[in-house]
Amino acid sequence: MTDAAAGMGRAASDARKLDAVATGPMLAADGRPLKASLNRALRAQKLRALALIAPLLLFILVTFIAPIADMLFRSVENQIVSETLPRTVIALEDWQETSQLPGEDAYAALAYDFMEAAERREHTRVGSRLNYETTGMSSLFRQSGRGIDDVGEIYADQFVALNPAWEEPATWVALMASERWQAEAAETETDTALPRFELAPGIADVLPETADAYRSFARTIMSEDEDDPRAEEPWNTVYLALYRDLLAGTGGYDGPQAALLNEAATAVPVFEAVSVQAQFADINEDWADTEVWETIEAFSDPYTAGYFLAAIDMQLTPDGIEAQPEEQQIYILLFQRTIFMSLMITFSCILLGYPIAYLLSNLPMRTSNLLLILVLLPFWTSLLVRTSAWKVLLQQEGVINDILVWIGLVADDARLQLINNQLGTIIAMTHILLPFMILPLYSVMKTIPPSYVRAAKSLGATDWTAFWRVYFPQSVPGIGAGCILVFILAIGYYITPELVGGRTGTFISNRIAFHISSSLNWGLAAALGSILLALVLALYWLYDRIVGIDNVKLG
Amino acid sequence: MSGLPPYASTGQRAWYYGFRVICGLIFFFLMAPILVIIPLSFNAQDFFTFTPEMLRLDPAGYSLQHYEDFFTNPDWQQALSNSVRIAPAATVLSVVLGTLAAIGLSQSHVPFKGAIMAILISPMIVPLIISAAGMYFFYSRVGLQGTYLGVVLAHAALGIPFVIITVTATLVGFDRSLTRASASLGANPVTTFFKVQMPLILPGVISGGLFAFITSFDEVVVVLFVGSAGQKTLPWQMFTGLRDQISPTILAVATILVVISVALLTVVELLRRRSERLRGMSPG
Repeated sequence: MTDAAAGMGRAASDARKLDAVATGPMLAADGRPLKASLNRALRAQKLRALALIAPLLLFILVTFIAPIADMLFRSVENQIVSETLPRTVIALEDWQETSQLPGEDAYAALAYDFMEAAERREHTRVGSRLNYETTGMSSLFRQSGRGIDDVGEIYADQFVALNPAWEEPATWVALMASERWQAEAAETETDTALPRFELAPGIADVLPETADAYRSFARTIMSEDEDDPRAEEPWNTVYLALYRDLLAGTGGYDGPQAALLNEAATAVPVFEAVSVQAQFADINEDWADTEVWETIEAFSDPYTAGYFLAAIDMQLTPDGIEAQPEEQQIYILLFQRTIFMSLMITFSCILLGYPIAYLLSNLPMRTSNLLLILVLLPFWTSLLVRTSAWKVLLQQEGVINDILVWIGLVADDARLQLINNQLGTIIAMTHILLPFMILPLYSVMKTIPPSYVRAAKSLGATDWTAFWRVYFPQSVPGIGAGCILVFILAIGYYITPELVGGRTGTFISNRIAFHISSSLNWGLAAALGSILLALVLALYWLYDRIVGIDNVKLG
Repeated sequence: MSGLPPYASTGQRAWYYGFRVICGLIFFFLMAPILVIIPLSFNAQDFFTFTPEMLRLDPAGYSLQHYEDFFTNPDWQQALSNSVRIAPAATVLSVVLGTLAAIGLSQSHVPFKGAIMAILISPMIVPLIISAAGMYFFYSRVGLQGTYLGVVLAHAALGIPFVIITVTATLVGFDRSLTRASASLGANPVTTFFKVQMPLILPGVISGGLFAFITSFDEVVVVLFVGSAGQKTLPWQMFTGLRDQISPTILAVATILVVISVALLTVVELLRRRSERLRGMSPG
């Protein structure tokens, strides 16, 4: 708004105010100002409308929008690594020299994390997640899950040899558990769940790693196996933690079991020591390979662009983003094929749909209504019925090949391959989507007045010129609407390509389904789905601009 | 186009008849696949093509064995009963919620109308494979995956846009003075709705319901992911049958479904005519 216009607006509103002061506001029958009364009525009307819409809106939000949002979220979500291996992820933050293996701290952190994950049976999930990025991770993790029990065993044996008290669960509970937890646990009846484990105050300052490892041990066995920490000897990794902590010193600890701890602290420096790295390399030598660590580090963020990169044939490597190896580049090709075939289908639909719509809109009402049934019947027939019909017709031993052989066009031993390739998908989908082209074309053509073409002809135009210069331009909106509709529908089709497409005639949607149900790479499926969704929404936005949502009609 | 003028030249005549032949061929392309499976479903052999006996119209070439298989095979019967249990439940849900919302949307002064409409229509726009993927992820998070309720909710969501569109289309021509007249005669809003508004929009509601029903009854992709073996529907059974080993029973089922769609199409068409007549919009 320009300044002058704003000024005029202000002046007008001032004038109205003066007017109101002079004459008083107009009053409704009940004595309220009319404006307020109207506003109230309007508000009530709005609320009533919203109250009628609200249940459905809520329903759609929960049953439909939330799932779509979940899919979008899954396409970037990567919390599994940082949730399952939290200590390792933190320890790797300081790891800069990626040409060398990370330090002992990282290996120890991995030992604690892995022990807990193996006990919760979550390590295989991380393994298969990381296997999408680096092959071999899945088997490495599965194997390490079986070997992790032995990490730290050498220290456990030496602690027990030093003083058998270290073998006693009670020693550990007295050292680690808070008095409150011990009291509550003592009161808990058998066969009921124990209270959530709590560390003794201050112990985490003296023995940080041990306290953390023991808490993880206590909570895990309580929740996973319903075991009692007061009756179970800790994992070997807890002894590993104790060894590492005691080497760093106890800092004048004087709580429960202080004598035992001090005795161990003096003995620890002469213990036979084996690095954690060596213990892991014992399980599988891949743990002494920087590539494994780089993969863990690269995917330790809770969110990743890795799935989206994979969906466009790129990959996130420790050195940055680069293209997938040649033989694994399939998605760009698949997207191209999906778009190309959708365009072919759209084009064949125009070719076949335009004459029909033209005929229907130029015939007398009664005849065209009758013929319209021939368009609507396929539209109403089950998709699977039509797909099975094409499967039957197009087979090598099917009706079409039989007829061609009978006529003599094709030799009996050289029957045409019409199905399980791109041709099959294009034929079947053109048939299935043709009504979606004819109906919008017909509704546009019905509104073109025949007098224009007659006028053109009376002015000397030939039949062709009259059609091409006068009629056709007026039918273009119908073509646009039909094309976008058919293209949107075609690009996301799943059933028909799956059944008649074979190996070469499948779409991106078939790949999405494959990743959900067969390869179980849900993140990649979600990323591919998100890209497809973005494409469809962009096209739909175009459709709305050209045709308008309100013009969506059925039958 | 409606008739050839007597002065038409030979070229015009040729084009006039040529065009009709082309259109005839396209109509043949549209109808033939559907028509061809009907006789094939009566094949006495387990073949998907016409046997010489069938071509001679020999009664021995025809039989009802595939229909018999459909009605006696427990797999197909299980699938049929699942379909018959899921589709009506989903339809009722989408019709009730959809009609209420359509009435709300047709009032003047609805705030955020465009955004609300876009959300309500979205299940129709989003490709089914994406809806199926999202629902699979989300429903397995909340424990609805593989349950009857999950499939019903998913199908209801897919059917809702059709109800919204058909019912709002009927409401466009609705004369508001009728409800005002009823209110001025002392009817409360509920009575007005059931006695005045409902009978007038009923054709739209029913055809929306039919669309919702056919959506659920025909739907494969979402049920494949959201359902488990216990919710196997008729289309699902057909889909696996077509993918793995194609049995001629599928053609018998397809024929039955074609008959059902013809019946539904007739009902929708009659309702549309009735609605147009009621609103005085009959094309004559």
